[in-house]
Amino acid sequence: MNLLEIQNLKVHFPVRQRWFGGARECVRAVDDVSFSIAPGETVGLVGESGCGKTTLGRAAIRLIEPTSGRIVFEGEDIAAMNRKELRARRRRFQMIFQDPFGSLDPRRTVSDTIGEALDIHRLVPDATARRRRIEALLKDVGLDPSHAARLPHEFSGGQRQRIGIARALAVEPKLIICDEPVSALDVSVQAQIINLLQDLQRGHGIAYLFVAHDLAVVKHISHRILVMYLGRIVESGEAKEICRSPRHPYTRALLSAVPVVDPDSKRQRILLAGDVPSPIHPPAGCPFHPRCPVAEARCRSEVPPLRYLAPGHQAACHLAK
Amino acid sequence: MPLLEIKNLQIEFGSGARAARAVDGVSLSLEAGKTLCLVGESGSGKSVTALSIARLLPSPPARYVGGEVLLEGRDVLKMSSRELRGIRGGAVSYVFQEPGASLNPVFRIGAQIKESLGYHRPAAATDAEVIRLLKLVGIPAPTSRLRNYPHELSGGMQQRVMIAMALASQPKLLVADEPTTALDVTIQAQIIELLADLRQQLGMAVLLITHNLGIVGDLADDVAVMYAGQIVEQGPARDILQRPLHPYSQALIQSVPKLETDVERLTAIPGAVPLPGAFPDGCRFHPRCSRAQGSCSAQAPELDAVPRDRWVRCPLWNASVATQADSQPA
Repeated sequence: MNLLEIQNLKVHFPVRQRWFGGARECVRAVDDVSFSIAPGETVGLVGESGCGKTTLGRAAIRLIEPTSGRIVFEGEDIAAMNRKELRARRRRFQMIFQDPFGSLDPRRTVSDTIGEALDIHRLVPDATARRRRIEALLKDVGLDPSHAARLPHEFSGGQRQRIGIARALAVEPKLIICDEPVSALDVSVQAQIINLLQDLQRGHGIAYLFVAHDLAVVKHISHRILVMYLGRIVESGEAKEICRSPRHPYTRALLSAVPVVDPDSKRQRILLAGDVPSPIHPPAGCPFHPRCPVAEARCRSEVPPLRYLAPGHQAACHLAK
Repeated sequence: MPLLEIKNLQIEFGSGARAARAVDGVSLSLEAGKTLCLVGESGSGKSVTALSIARLLPSPPARYVGGEVLLEGRDVLKMSSRELRGIRGGAVSYVFQEPGASLNPVFRIGAQIKESLGYHRPAAATDAEVIRLLKLVGIPAPTSRLRNYPHELSGGMQQRVMIAMALASQPKLLVADEPTTALDVTIQAQIIELLADLRQQLGMAVLLITHNLGIVGDLADDVAVMYAGQIVEQGPARDILQRPLHPYSQALIQSVPKLETDVERLTAIPGAVPLPGAFPDGCRFHPRCSRAQGSCSAQAPELDAVPRDRWVRCPLWNASVATQADSQPA
């Protein structure tokens, strides 16, 4: 059974309403997205800023209320639950945020931050057990347990991200949504955090939804990859397969934008013109057609459905084979 | 004569017993029209070095303890504040990491670019020139963009505006301090392409500062790798990227995840960059170095010249080449 199964999830944000009644406009941040995550699996979610990947990540655990759709976690639809039911299940799924400077309370010590999760879910019987548990968690994420009484500003960016991971781990979740957890870090520290996440997955059997914009990072850590554009999944499949033979022109462009160290590598760079279009007025037909290097007449009128091109490999492109 | 020559630069923060030396004996030189990349982790002193070129560090707390920064032969560190004003945003322009934080949110971008023109080329402070600059940095529909506020532009477009502003004075040297770090990979590729293009068109020199070795190859002629306030390796970009000699450069390159190869585990550099004032004895990299020996903690290595115009601060570089050849049959 899948750990998480998202079915036809939509998140629409209303924007300003016209004064005299006109139709209400909305941003379709996530538009009819379905996918699943198996226990212990890492699913990568890639796309540019503004494509809706962060919204999707948050809506998947109801940190943002979805407009419609089902979110089946361990067999139960959490989208249909009330607050009390949801809260009881919150410790099964956790989140790690992008900015290790913004996501920790600057006035609370590391042990306060991690201990709060333990207290809320009543996971430790007494103060001694609480202290031991916090020390064990810090050791798990590669921090010195004697630093538990320190404040966030005493740590570097990479260490703060480790604190964020320890906080998420405290409640023994089955799923962690990682929202750009390494984008703000130096490459050397980025490698440390990626290795740590992989070690924790092996040790605890945690599944990740790993949201990022750098395909090289996503490919390295993920089993499967979802490529997102303007609120929709445009390609999904096994990580290596997608990177070896991408079917959607957008995936190809993303791959070609990944920086390569070797100056002699024979790679054709596909530069995408412009930015992601406005999700309030998405282009008609295929949402990617205005930036697509291979678009045809039909792409401007017909929305391409997500279809299977190989076992386990889907793409939403009229021209993909 | 090189356009920029930094000789044995030493910068300290604070004073007395608590003075911390953030830059310790850095020497660099950059010819007109060339590109030099300064690479290293956060805290290695690369931004401090770059800011010293136009003496932009607030002093105090920063103190220029020694060395020279020669811009077209004249020492920036000895200039009067009047002379400095001509250099800043004039012969030397800067582009910083976060375009959103560098632009003034309450003025239209056209007005902000015009302000820069007004200081350095008053005769050219016209809408026409601003439009030409916006077009130069690849902003579509520049005539209408003129009237946009920064928040109406995406991160990539904001960075283009910052570059347009930097180009307003027709600088001889453009210092780009992590210009793409806050941007998406696709936009990052666009900005790097733009910088390469502009350098060709305008013949200006570029000093690019980055922690990401992946963007170095497309742009740099030369690379200098910094660690803990010192240059640890320097030389032609291609040679360093393909055959790094210093263990730190090798580790930086290995820690970048690559699309072409599948590895089980990334090679991370353990620990973190030491803080200025707390640099280890001997080689400053030895506590994190996978090849460190007993002698590394005892004696501080010099920046040695090695064949093919390269410099390395590691006495074991010969051995490191040998082991690298074993592990990576190219």
